[in-house]
Amino acid sequence: MARALVHIAALIAASVAGAANADELVPYNIVSDGIAESLTGAPGDAARGRALVLARTTTCILCHSGPFPETRFQGDLAPDLSGAGNRWTVSQLRLRLVDAARFNPETIMPSYYRTDHLVRVGRNFAGKPILSAAEIEDIVAFLATLRD
Amino acid sequence: MSFWRAIAAAALLATGPALLAGEILPDARRSGYSFMGPDTRAMQDDDTSNPGMLFVLDGEALWTKRTGSADKACADCHGDARGSMKGVAARYPAFDKALARPVTLDQRINLCRSNHQQAPALPYESRDLLALSAFVAHQSRGVAITAGDDPQLKPFVDQGRDLFMQREGQLNLACTNCHDDNFNKRLAGAPITQGQPTGYPLYRLEWQTLGSLERRLRSCMTGVRAQAYDFGAPELVALELYLMSRAHGLPMETPAVRP
Ligand code: HEC
Ligand code: HEC
Repeated sequence: MARALVHIAALIAASVAGAANADELVPYNIVSDGIAESLTGAPGDAARGRALVLARTTTCILCHSGPFPETRFQGDLAPDLSGAGNRWTVSQLRLRLVDAARFNPETIMPSYYRTDHLVRVGRNFAGKPILSAAEIEDIVAFLATLRD
Repeated sequence: MSFWRAIAAAALLATGPALLAGEILPDARRSGYSFMGPDTRAMQDDDTSNPGMLFVLDGEALWTKRTGSADKACADCHGDARGSMKGVAARYPAFDKALARPVTLDQRINLCRSNHQQAPALPYESRDLLALSAFVAHQSRGVAITAGDDPQLKPFVDQGRDLFMQREGQLNLACTNCHDDNFNKRLAGAPITQGQPTGYPLYRLEWQTLGSLERRLRSCMTGVRAQAYDFGAPELVALELYLMSRAHGLPMETPAVRP
């Protein structure tokens, strides 16, 4: 919790300073093991979320498989996403996407909404999170519908 | 701890300090060849269907062609490559005394051009440089890799290992996350191998041409959305050296074919 507050304080300080990365990140509040409130203040769109998860540029199915019969190109480096909505609350799913390393510091799952503690980020990606707040919300809304 | 990590850690106790936890044991090292389907293997195995052999033939012609203001051919100094170049690529990158650092085979070819032929350097990934390095490396086909054995190279091998273990890019992944911890698995349906550098330069069906090891490393870096090092950068040379030392004992395959 203390770490979370420091994190949020740092984000706010950065946005006051107007740093490039801060334009991209909205502050969020970590409550126990999740983020209870929507990053955009509005619910996401599950249909858009499904399309995002399937898009290669979003990178999820590089590692994960799931209930996606239409695509052969799914990874097996990570758990199948089927049933994720049973195993996790919306709040937990949101934090998992924002910063999976909080659950497991060794995880290979990227932190989709974080711009600090990264090394040699490519010029076109520097200072930007992998996904926008709205994209995170759409994906969270979709994952919550995966109930086996 | 993954299965491989556990084995490597156990071996560490048994064999001394050569390997770090997570690194692949000598007996478990496998070329990318062993991960391929039968069609791609057949294409590599048969010289008449291996598209890399066209580059080897071009390289053979360049070997005897005089060039530069010295008007000398490679063959004027090195004679018949079948004898003089056998096993050479298996020990590259090698330590260069004058430069006091390792140089890759491509860099050695360009050093010969500037020092002995008085010819301009060939650009990285140019057809002539790929052809010459494919021709030279082909003379080592079947020879066991020994690069990195020279004790002068140790700090550079260590640098390469650190880079291999370092997470980088927007996706925050290290080489080791895929090539030590997750080989045999599938990334978006495509098999991940151990990333052994046995066949370079090699013909990648995806590229539709021959390419260098550095080209491959740069595309893995771009894949994790990291800023790729420039061709010839000391970091890429160190990574190349570490990869070759990590492949110690595996036979050279140049020109390999990969999907
Ligand atoms: C580079 C690999 C990788 C990528 C890319 C990736 N993940 Fe993961 N993910 C993992 C791994 C490994 C786990 C297992 C737990 C851990 O290590 O954190 C996991 C766990 C999860 C879980 C919990 C699974 C469960 O039910 O136990 C969810 C949900 C999830 N990921 C969603 C996603 C989504 C959505 C994306 C894309 C926006 C994504 N992941 C991208 C590797 C990845
Ligand atoms: C997200 C996973 C991932 C990461 C991280 C990654 N690679 Fe790769 N790499 C691949 C895939 C997939 C391929 C193509 C299939 C194969 O040959 O393994 C590949 C291919 C290779 C090959 C070619 C092997 C052959 O047989 O020709 C080498 C060498 C290699 N990688 C080295 C590296 C190095 C060095 C790094 C770090 C700078 C790195 N990789 C990072 C996934 C990755």
